[in-house]
Order: sequence, then C-alpha cells, then structure tokens
Amino acid sequence: MTTAALTLRRPAGRPGVLGLGISTLWLSLIVLLPLAAVVVRSTEGGWDAFWNVVTSRQSVAALRFTVEVSLLCTLVNAASGTLIAWVLVRDRFRGKAFVNALIDLPFALPTIVAGLTLLALYGPTSPVGINVAFTQAAVLMALLFVTLPFVIRSVQPVLIELDKEMEEAALSLGASNRTVFARVILPNLVPAILSGAALAFARAVGEFGSIVLLSGNIPFKTQVASVFIFKQVESDNPIGAASIAVVLLGISLLVLFAIRALGRWGARHDR
Amino acid sequence: MIAVRDVRKSFGDFVALNDVSLEIPDGSLTSLLGPSGSGKSTLLRIIAGLEEPDKGTVEIHGSDATQVPPQRRGIGFVFQHYAAFKHMTVRDNVAFGMKIRKQPKQRIQERVDELLEVVGLAGYQQRYPNQLSGGQRQRMALARALAVEPRVLLLDEPFGALDAKVRAELREWLRRLHDEVHVTTVLVTHDQEEAMVVSDHIAVMDKGRIEQVGGPVELYDRPRNRFVMSFLGPVSKVGEDLVRPHDIAISLTPEDGARQATVSRIVHLGFEARVELEVEGEGTVAAQMTRAEADHLELVERAVVWVRATGRTAVPA
Amino acid sequence: MIVDRRWRVTLRSFALGYLALLLLIPVGMVFYRTFEHGAMAVFDSVTTPAAISAFWLTITVTLIAVPLNTIFGVLCALALARGRFRGKALLDATIDLPFAVSPVVIGLALVLVYGRGGWLDGLPFQVIFAVPGIVLATIFVSVPFVVREVTPVLREIGDDQEQAASTLGANRWQTFWRITLPAIRWGVAYGIILSVARCIGEFGAVSVVSGRISGETETLTLLVEERFQNFDVAGAYAASALLAIIALGTLLAMTRINPRRDDE
Repeated sequence: MTTAALTLRRPAGRPGVLGLGISTLWLSLIVLLPLAAVVVRSTEGGWDAFWNVVTSRQSVAALRFTVEVSLLCTLVNAASGTLIAWVLVRDRFRGKAFVNALIDLPFALPTIVAGLTLLALYGPTSPVGINVAFTQAAVLMALLFVTLPFVIRSVQPVLIELDKEMEEAALSLGASNRTVFARVILPNLVPAILSGAALAFARAVGEFGSIVLLSGNIPFKTQVASVFIFKQVESDNPIGAASIAVVLLGISLLVLFAIRALGRWGARHDR
Repeated sequence: MIAVRDVRKSFGDFVALNDVSLEIPDGSLTSLLGPSGSGKSTLLRIIAGLEEPDKGTVEIHGSDATQVPPQRRGIGFVFQHYAAFKHMTVRDNVAFGMKIRKQPKQRIQERVDELLEVVGLAGYQQRYPNQLSGGQRQRMALARALAVEPRVLLLDEPFGALDAKVRAELREWLRRLHDEVHVTTVLVTHDQEEAMVVSDHIAVMDKGRIEQVGGPVELYDRPRNRFVMSFLGPVSKVGEDLVRPHDIAISLTPEDGARQATVSRIVHLGFEARVELEVEGEGTVAAQMTRAEADHLELVERAVVWVRATGRTAVPA
Repeated sequence: MIVDRRWRVTLRSFALGYLALLLLIPVGMVFYRTFEHGAMAVFDSVTTPAAISAFWLTITVTLIAVPLNTIFGVLCALALARGRFRGKALLDATIDLPFAVSPVVIGLALVLVYGRGGWLDGLPFQVIFAVPGIVLATIFVSVPFVVREVTPVLREIGDDQEQAASTLGANRWQTFWRITLPAIRWGVAYGIILSVARCIGEFGAVSVVSGRISGETETLTLLVEERFQNFDVAGAYAASALLAIIALGTLLAMTRINPRRDDE
C-alpha cells in the first residue's frame, strides 16, 4: 500500500452511523412510540376529562394505596435486603452458594406464578392456617417477593469491595464493633441501599401479575393502580386508563431520575 | 517495652511465624525488615491485635495483651493503602478516634488543627480523601493514628504504595517526627535502605523467623549469616566467601592469596566505579571502588589483575 | 470487624428465615400441591390442546423477540461503549424505560397505537387481540437485557484489541466477528438468558393486548390465570409448575454462566 493510497481509516470495531441508527430506530418504534401515545392521548378527551378521571375517588384510592404499600415494601427491603446481603458476603455456611443463587428466583419466575405460589402457602388452602388472601397484607407480600433481589444485588458488590482495612483502622482507633458498623460500614453502603430501594420502588409501583390473584382487587381496599388501569382498558376506556397511566408513569420516572442522581452523589467520594 | 514471646501463627498449611520472640525498647523506632512471606506483617498485626497468635504471648508495657482486642491496646496503626474513611472529610478522619472517646468538641478541634499542622496538611480540613494525593493521604492517616496519643505506633509498609521521591521524603519526615514525638514505633518494610535510614533497631526476618536484631551499622558490618548479609547490602562471592564489593582489593601485580582475573566491564557512576571481573575458574565478580582508585589503577577492559577479599566482612559458606 | 458467634448466628437465622418464608417454602408448596395427585394427572394437564398451544405460542413469541433484541442489544451496546455522539445519556435513560413502566401500561400503550382508533390503526394485519400484539409486547419488556449486560463488558475490555486487529488489516466485520464478539460472548449469553426468562414470564402487558383466545392468543402465563379463574386450580398449578421448572432451569443457567462472565 503506497502512502498515497493510505486513507484515514476509522478504527475497526467502532460502530458506524448505521449501528447507532438501527438502535435508535428500534428503540423509537418499539418503546418510545407506544409510550408517547400514552402521554399524548391521555388528554384526548380534554383536560377536564383527564382531571376527572385522575381525581376520581377510586383512582385516588388506587394510586394512594399503590404508593403507600410500595413505600412500605421498599422500607422493609432496605432493611432485610441489607441484612441478607451482609450474611451472604460476610458469613460462611453450607449451602450459601445455593441461597445466593436463589435470590434471583423472583427475576426468573413469572409474576403470575409468584402470586399463585404465595397463595398456596398463605391463601385459603394454607396448610398452616395463615390466610391473607384478599387483604392489603397480601399485596405487601407479593411486592416483597418480586422486589426481593433489588437491594440485595445492589449492596452485595459494594460490601465485597469494601476496604477491610478501613474497618481495621477504626478498630485500631478504639471503635467498638457497633461503632464500626454504624460509622464506617453503613455510610459506605447507603448509596447502594438507596439505589436498590429506588429500583424496588419503581418495580413495586407497577407490579400487576403477582397481585392479581392474591389481592382480590377490591376497590378502595386492595386495588392497586395497575389493576385499576387494566379495568379501565377492559371497560373500553383506554383514554381514561391513559390518564392514570400518565400519573403512574410520572411517579416511576421521578424515581428513575432519583436513582441516577443518587448514583452520582454516591460516587463523589469514590476514586 | 513491647515483648513478643514464642509466637507461632499458621494460615492453613503455611507457617507465617515460627516461635518468634522479640523485645522492642520504649521510645525506639524499630523496623521489621524482610522479603515478602517473611512474616513481618503478620507479626505486626499480632502486636496490634488484628490477628491472634496460635501460641505465644504479647506484652505491652508490662501487661499481657494477648487476649486484649485491638480497640483497647492503645495502639495506632497505619496501613499501606491508607485505609482512609473515604466518606469523611480529613478533619473527621483525624477526629474519629477522639470523637468515639467522647472528648469535648473544643479539644478535638484544637488537636486536629495542631496535628494537621504537624503533618503539613493545614487548610485541608474540609477536603475528602479522594481529593488528596497518596502521600497526603498517608500523612492524614498518621495524624489520625497519633490523635489518640497511642502508646505504640505501628506502620505496615506505610510508604509501599507511593512513588520513589515521595517515599524518600516521607521517610525523612517520619524520622524527624519520631525524634520529636518519641512514641514507640514499629515499622514493617521490605526496603533495606528505608530500614537503615530510619530505624534505631532492625529485626531482620525470613520465612517466619527472626534472623538477627541490631542497629543498622551492626547488621551491615557484622551480619550473622548469608541471608542477613545479602539482604542488607550488595554482596560478591569470592571463593567460598561472601564479601562486600567495596572490600575487594584489586592490584596489578600478583599477591599472596589473590586470584587472577580479567576486567570485563567498568561502569562509572558519579564518584563510584563498578568493576566487573571474570575470575579464573569462577565466573563473574563485581567490585566497587572510588573513581580515584579506578583511575589510579588505570583499569581498562581486558586488563589482567589480581583480586583479593580484604577480610573486614566476610561470611563463610 | 470480627462479629462474635452469637450475632452471626442470629443474623444468619433472620436472613435464612426470611428467605424460607417468602421464597423457598412457597415454591416448595407449589410443587407439592402440583404433584399431590400424581405425576400422570399433571402430565395430562399440561398436554391438553389448550396447554400445548399455549406452550408453542409462548415459545414462538420468545424465539422472535429474543434474537431481535439480541441484535439490537449488541449494536446499542457498541454505540454506548464505543461511540461518541450527543444524546448518549438520553439513549441510556431510554433503555431503562421498560424497567420503569408497569406492564399494564405497556399493554395500554400498544392498544393506543395499534388498536381501534389508534395511531397506526389500519395496518393490513391485526395487531391487538392477535399474535403480533403479543410479540410487540414481549419485545418491549425484554429490550434492556442484552444491552445492559454487554455494555459494561465492552467498556471494561476497551478497544485496544480491536485497534490492533485494524492495524493488522482486518476490516470492520472481521474485527467484530473475530475479536469483539468472542470477547463479549458470555455477557451476551447472560443477557439472552435473562431475556428468555422475561419473555416466557411476561403477563401484564400480554394480558391487555392478547384477547385471550384459547388456542390462539393465550400464552402459558395467561393459561395459568384462566384456569385459576375457572376454578381449575389443579390445572393452574400444573401449568405453574411447568413455568417454575423453566424458571429454575434459567436460574441454573445463570449460575453456570456467571463465573465465566467474571473471568472475561
């Protein structure tokens, strides 16, 4: 190849405009277009109609219950998830690898099966006599099931990476075990806990399949927003459904931004 | 005084410390010097209470500390990778020990400022560790350890993660600090120059045992065995003996007890000359002398000379 | 921190107890309930025409969605990890959307676009209440997985090898096929497994768009719900058990691939 013929070649492997174009097209067609339809068409019946649907008693009850039970679920997860992550990282016992693999089960199991699973043990045919079917507790339980992995998987890598010498330094300076945990370990886990909790909340708020069989979907009592939206669609009121969906989407997106902000905030100490 | 008696420690099949005993005088700066795997870090951590010995005792200032947890031994520990509390400011890092001892705020403030002044980090109170260089972080770690007025200061390869220039600076600085503050200090290092420059006493360790304890000059001039000799300075083999390269005499005429050799290479390094010689029937030997001496002998490559060890430090095989 | 024995055991008991009560025992219960009346009954239950049709529909939809999302995933990962363009953060955020949106809303969204009175109403083939709708819903929910698994791998390994290949004369396709792809294969594999699990298990979005026409637009998950609503509890458990076994198989594959991923 003579020098004259040597052309400036872009390094191989760098995706051409083509790759980016295809990706964007795919995303737009599959994801953005439908979501845009929800947002845009939600006001098709006029702002008044939008407002009426969103502020109707049943709608408010469903949204409020959804947010409340999701928050509670998130709080429980923050605590239990951190605990389980701790045990999985710091403790040693037989079958730990099995337990660790089990954590991902809620990711792998279809939500409808999850609901049925909980129903088998905690429903009307419970062998131990615990029946929470058709109660708000059932909804909480379903949410705890499907959001189990989030905080755990978020905290585990941070715990593993945690500088053991920081703890030893604290010990050498006279700190008791409790102080070491509270002042040295926990502060370094908080960003991961929050990040996992936010993911859990976003998931809980939209959950449908595991709740549908277990809760009875009793309006004003155990009806969550996703079920309410479903009912609106079934009643041939997709515009009304879209209105509530927009509010629900708003809540979810808010949380997504919060996750990213938290991630950035947490990383400011790291190098 | 710190007294370690008959300490033994194994990790699985690996014996890290094998019946080690050592006495560290009050107020001294003692180095534990050895290659990796020699057990020096393990010994330091046992003194700190961060590891428990399988057998043996540790005494700190007259009382048996073997069962005492690290929190209560009154030690200060500095780690190779700083172990900075990365979620706290420099001020909070240094103040940590005092805060958990519930000392009054005013006093904490004063002492932190004072210490930061001493370590050269005045004005850095509000910074975070990730905004500091390696050398600065280590100085902060030292201030943190000193804040609670420990009876013993333990440093585990404190300058190992820093580059050569910073290492040399901090080394000097540590010696000066010790001269002012006089806390009993134990330093772990694999760098013999560091140990020689900084310490009052050196304990040379290898494979879980202490080979020799003494002052720097004593260890250099009167090594007890080949290991200590070759670890603490350059050695050349002449016949069956190990000698220091600067203890090899070269003459242009045959002498009693001297061997014939050919000069294969001369390297001039500043005021020093290193002469590589091929000794008859033996192989390469390295000798060291001043430029003046080399010039006086008019040494050139391929010259034939006679070499002899001048007895001062020679350890038989 | 050296935690003393008592604390360690207490924490361990709490953790294991929580997991047993929430996860392990309920799943065990399902299998017990399913096979309570013998394996033959179960076999009959999962081999009814409706069940077989549901099974094949689920498989078909998955076999369409996953390869498409894999191609998209790798292309997008390359763009995110190697490309330089404005709006990268936006692309990044968009990919996460399927995680943030309720499945029911996804179904609703498709109805609003492809259904009666929707933006793309009038296509030559039916989307809503037909298989294409199910396919679109399934693709939507499984979009992020391959991208999310492959992007960090690409970032991690850097493009040194690819540059080396280029200096040795390889063109873009050769470099991709011989250098890039082998380097990311375990990330891709893991992403595919996660996608498959998600596709098979999808319920909410499919619930809205499918019309549940037994034998035609009923997936396995919809079958479970239908049987339960029709008081065929045993049938629901049987179908669930099938799905659970697939899920456990997925978990197993994940466990196998994970260490290979870390070695990359």
